Amino acid sequence: MNALATLPAWAALPVSLLLIVGGSIVVIGALGLLRLPTFYQRIHGPAITITLGAGCVLLASMLYFSVAQSRLVIHEIVISIFLLLTAPVVAMLIMRAAVYRDLRAQKHATGASAGEVYHYEEK
Amino acid sequence: MMTTLLEWSIAFAFICIVLAMVLCAIRLLLGPAAHDRVLALDTLWMTAMLLALMMGIRFGDLIYFDAAMLIALLGFVSTIALTKFLMRGEIIE
Repeated sequence: MNALATLPAWAALPVSLLLIVGGSIVVIGALGLLRLPTFYQRIHGPAITITLGAGCVLLASMLYFSVAQSRLVIHEIVISIFLLLTAPVVAMLIMRAAVYRDLRAQKHATGASAGEVYHYEEK
Repeated sequence: MMTTLLEWSIAFAFICIVLAMVLCAIRLLLGPAAHDRVLALDTLWMTAMLLALMMGIRFGDLIYFDAAMLIALLGFVSTIALTKFLMRGEIIE
């Protein structure tokens, strides 16, 4: 509580704004994950959560600790770089696994098509 | 005045992140296919990392940054292992 009270107003305003925007974006991404009808639409929700929502919260954290400790605290940038590197890898791996499993289970209603990558004989 | 604004926005972000975790948990429980559950679990890891960061801001302690870093790393590795399992049926071949 003491750490919050010592923050000057010019820093408290952008930190609050970033936290509100970040929290809203996180909940919008989770709503997309829950509400969208098919898997290939659902995978877009967490992408928003990981890039924009996490980015806003990480920026708020950097700004808050830099002002509160009156020195440059930017080691949250390590998490930012790590997330930006791993989010596409994870999304691509889950999507490939989903396409592979849908084609193997012959679920054509899901709209999975792998072009020339995988070949399955129609039963 | 500004301290009150900061407290309320931190509370709002906490509620939003916990709500997002609940929504991910619902998708994890009722996801029709296995890859839906893996996607929901990955999102749950990411929101847990955001929750650790938020606790760091709330209590003004840099130790939560290490917890967030660890959660991000473990989430990445576990999701890679689960997708490998979905693709191939085993993890270490």
